[in-house]
Amino acid sequence: MNVLNAVFVAPFLDMADSPAFFFEVVIGGMMTGVMYSLVALGFVLIFKASSVFNFAQGVFALFAAMTLVGLMTGTVPFALDKALPGMPAFVAIVLTGVVMVGLAFLVERVVLRPMVNQDHIIMFMSTIGIAFVLEGFGDLMWGSDVKLLDIGIPTGSFFFLDMMIQVFDLWAAGIAGVLVLSLAVFFQKTRTGRALRAVADDHQAALSVGIPLKSIWVIVWSVAGIVALVAGIMWGSKSGVQFSLSLIALRALPVLILGGFTSVPGAIVGGLIIGVGEKVAEVYWGPLVNGAIETWFAYVLALVFLLFRPQGLFGEKIIERV
Amino acid sequence: MIYRETGQFKPTYQSDSAVFPIAQDRWVVIAFVAFLAVVVPFFGSEYLFQAILVPVLIYSIAAIGLNLLTGYCGQLSLGTGGFMAVGAVACYKFSTAFPEMNLVVVLLLSGVVTAGVGLIFGVPSLRIKGFYLAVATLAAQFFLNWLFNKIAWFQNYTPSGTLTMPPREVFGVLITGAAAQPHHRYLFCLAMVVILALAATNIVRGPVGRAWMAIRDMDIAAELIGFRPFQTKLLAFSVSSFYVGIAGALALALWLGSVETAEAFDINQSFQVLFMVIIGGLGSMLGSFIGAAFIVLMPIVLTNVMVYGLGFEAVTAKHFEFIFFGGLIIFFLIVEPHGIARLWQIAKEKLRLWPFPH
Repeated sequence: MNVLNAVFVAPFLDMADSPAFFFEVVIGGMMTGVMYSLVALGFVLIFKASSVFNFAQGVFALFAAMTLVGLMTGTVPFALDKALPGMPAFVAIVLTGVVMVGLAFLVERVVLRPMVNQDHIIMFMSTIGIAFVLEGFGDLMWGSDVKLLDIGIPTGSFFFLDMMIQVFDLWAAGIAGVLVLSLAVFFQKTRTGRALRAVADDHQAALSVGIPLKSIWVIVWSVAGIVALVAGIMWGSKSGVQFSLSLIALRALPVLILGGFTSVPGAIVGGLIIGVGEKVAEVYWGPLVNGAIETWFAYVLALVFLLFRPQGLFGEKIIERV
Repeated sequence: MIYRETGQFKPTYQSDSAVFPIAQDRWVVIAFVAFLAVVVPFFGSEYLFQAILVPVLIYSIAAIGLNLLTGYCGQLSLGTGGFMAVGAVACYKFSTAFPEMNLVVVLLLSGVVTAGVGLIFGVPSLRIKGFYLAVATLAAQFFLNWLFNKIAWFQNYTPSGTLTMPPREVFGVLITGAAAQPHHRYLFCLAMVVILALAATNIVRGPVGRAWMAIRDMDIAAELIGFRPFQTKLLAFSVSSFYVGIAGALALALWLGSVETAEAFDINQSFQVLFMVIIGGLGSMLGSFIGAAFIVLMPIVLTNVMVYGLGFEAVTAKHFEFIFFGGLIIFFLIVEPHGIARLWQIAKEKLRLWPFPH
């Protein structure tokens, strides 16, 4: 009886007792969820256009953040003891964007092109290979110590209706919103965006109406690289640029299966659900089991959703024919 | 010329359906196993046993397990590390709770426990497929590691939270614990590997294996011609977990001696074993061994070459090791996506026709 009470009744009473705290938790969760969405977006873009499950997305974010820090502090690649004058954040961000586009070219040229038409699992493994290479390369180039990233996003907190709100989180949500909006415009309103959607729908049909698959892949991987850069900036300024940054990919995976591998809105909504669910569970149910349930709760939550909708909330219905 | 099956008649059904129908294959395998069992223990050093041979053998078992699931039944799993942790914890609990129990029995029981856990985590596979399933199996990985870390009962309430294998004997020979001779551990491992590999080979070429392969190739079609997908997939999950669990138990008992489960069996283990299966060859027994040897040996070779051969600093060498490891994996996937076992297959075909290829 006590156990049942502790699991099913007491947490809800706590919530009702101090609604302000509950909403604070929910909002905090939503903010984290937005950050998850940023990472999940990169996965979705690539999966939609090339059916590649890009495990390297987290490492992309890490690499982008490292490059950005390196440029801003004026570190000379491969020669860590020398220093150049650093450059302003804006220039550094643009330059890092260029680096990410270059990386996309390289990946398409070296990895994707020779592997056209391979099994999904083979492509997946090769992106793990990319992750290894990039991780080693990034550490070699910029050093593996923990770095601080500060591009001038204001921090601090204020109280709104008794709820403590972090200014940084608001900025993160705002930036994510702008990013999603511009992606939506890019996909819906531009010629390239239309071509991207065509490729996502059907590779062969897209090819047969004259859409160049190769350049589309480069574009998609570049866009994913830029998204990784944004994610890297946000996570990097929040918790420092270090190896563990690449592990956010693992945190974004439940978001991905919850929202569906092929849906951009799914990545956003999934991120919010996971973020909120995780925080609420950690705060209200975590103490029952000594805490730290954040590592797996998201997966279980996503699994429960999956049992009812195997393709995720917004994924395309999987139609199978014999 | 050397490798030709002309003149090898199969007068009985038994000889026709033998594991190695070609005499040359049979003799090479027997000779190789005999070499490993009889010759190697006499000249092997402790380093050779503890750092190379025993890990390769243990990972071979894990790779066979994952290969049964992914290569033969087509269910992608990223929970291998978690299942190895189950095996290790079960082995620890059984051997400390029942000191009289024979180590072989302990290992088998660990496998059975892991099979049960695998069965539970295999249930979603009926509804979820492909990468969705792969991500779902990650839930097993994270949940199990969290569980073993949080609940002190699994560690017998030791304050450090590490599992330390007590010394145990098999037939009067000390096998586990710090005092055990490396070559004894190695021989025990080898025996386990031979038995388990033979069993796996016979499973996959029988009706069970055919059902798995039918499910792998197209599950709906398999269902239509009468295979039951739920039972078949669950069987694959549990048999696979049995192997992986024994590998985890062996890793604790014979290789590492004392482990912290969350550290030793983390997500990287899952990826490592998956690499072994894919680099070696999906759906190939030989591939599991080649893959295990390749993935265990490559970092050792890379480190030795770079630190001792080229004089790099250890940290720099570590970074280069990452780059080379990733690069080699991409290279192998591009050159031969069906794994190294496939190269061996092609070489054998060539050898059959040699020296007159037309």
